[in-house]
Amino acid sequence: MGEIVFIALAVGTTVGAGVVAFSKNIVYSAFALLLSFFCVAGLYVFLAADFVAATQVIVYIGGILVLILFGVMLTEKIEKVNISNQALKPFRAWILLIVSGGILIAAIVKTNWITKAPLPPTPTTGELGNAFLTRYLLPFEIASVLLLVALIGAIIAGRKEVRRK
Amino acid sequence: MISLQTYLIIGAILLVLGIYTVVSRRNAVGILMGVELILNSAGLNFVAVSRFVELSIDGQVFTIFIIVLAASEAAVALGIILSYFQTYASVYADRADSLRR
Repeated sequence: MGEIVFIALAVGTTVGAGVVAFSKNIVYSAFALLLSFFCVAGLYVFLAADFVAATQVIVYIGGILVLILFGVMLTEKIEKVNISNQALKPFRAWILLIVSGGILIAAIVKTNWITKAPLPPTPTTGELGNAFLTRYLLPFEIASVLLLVALIGAIIAGRKEVRRK
Repeated sequence: MISLQTYLIIGAILLVLGIYTVVSRRNAVGILMGVELILNSAGLNFVAVSRFVELSIDGQVFTIFIIVLAASEAAVALGIILSYFQTYASVYADRADSLRR
């Protein structure tokens, strides 16, 4: 049962990413990205990372994907949306895809990975909270400042320019 | 039993498709989607390695930082894309070359 769900999640992740990469319609790409993000959240559950899976659903699907859909709707005229995501020089990109993908997958398969038996899944939220407030306190604070800077920067970059005469 | 290699191969496929998207798309929003795929693959690799090799929580901490970075990056990138669209009425990345001319 677990294996079947895992295979479905893996197939959903790769198929979603494939549609994002190859679809000519950017609305299809955006919704395929939704499928891919959701299946990655499922893979996080298989990896016993419950908090990360919830964060993936909340931030990626609830935040980033809605932002991207807004970007699509605000910038694309609806009558030409079916050719809205053309590829530019796809032949070179195909060469890059095949070469880099082949090297990566060959390296992953050929390497003798030294793995340990994974621990049984436990709730990770408390451990993550401890890690954020002890070992990773400085990166945590820097991430908060970065979020504030990104918030202000996005507002300034996205607002309408008002010129004084 | 699902091995580490399976997760790493899924991450590699996501990374490669993300790179293809970034390299080949004309639409700037499409390029942004490719960047999100790449960041997702990095996060998946971090969690997988921390579960099978390190047996600790550190990889999950890094994945959460990646998600934070992806959120702020998406917000700023969409702000830039929208203001570019207001000025030039196009979102095609190959037309954004007014600094070169």
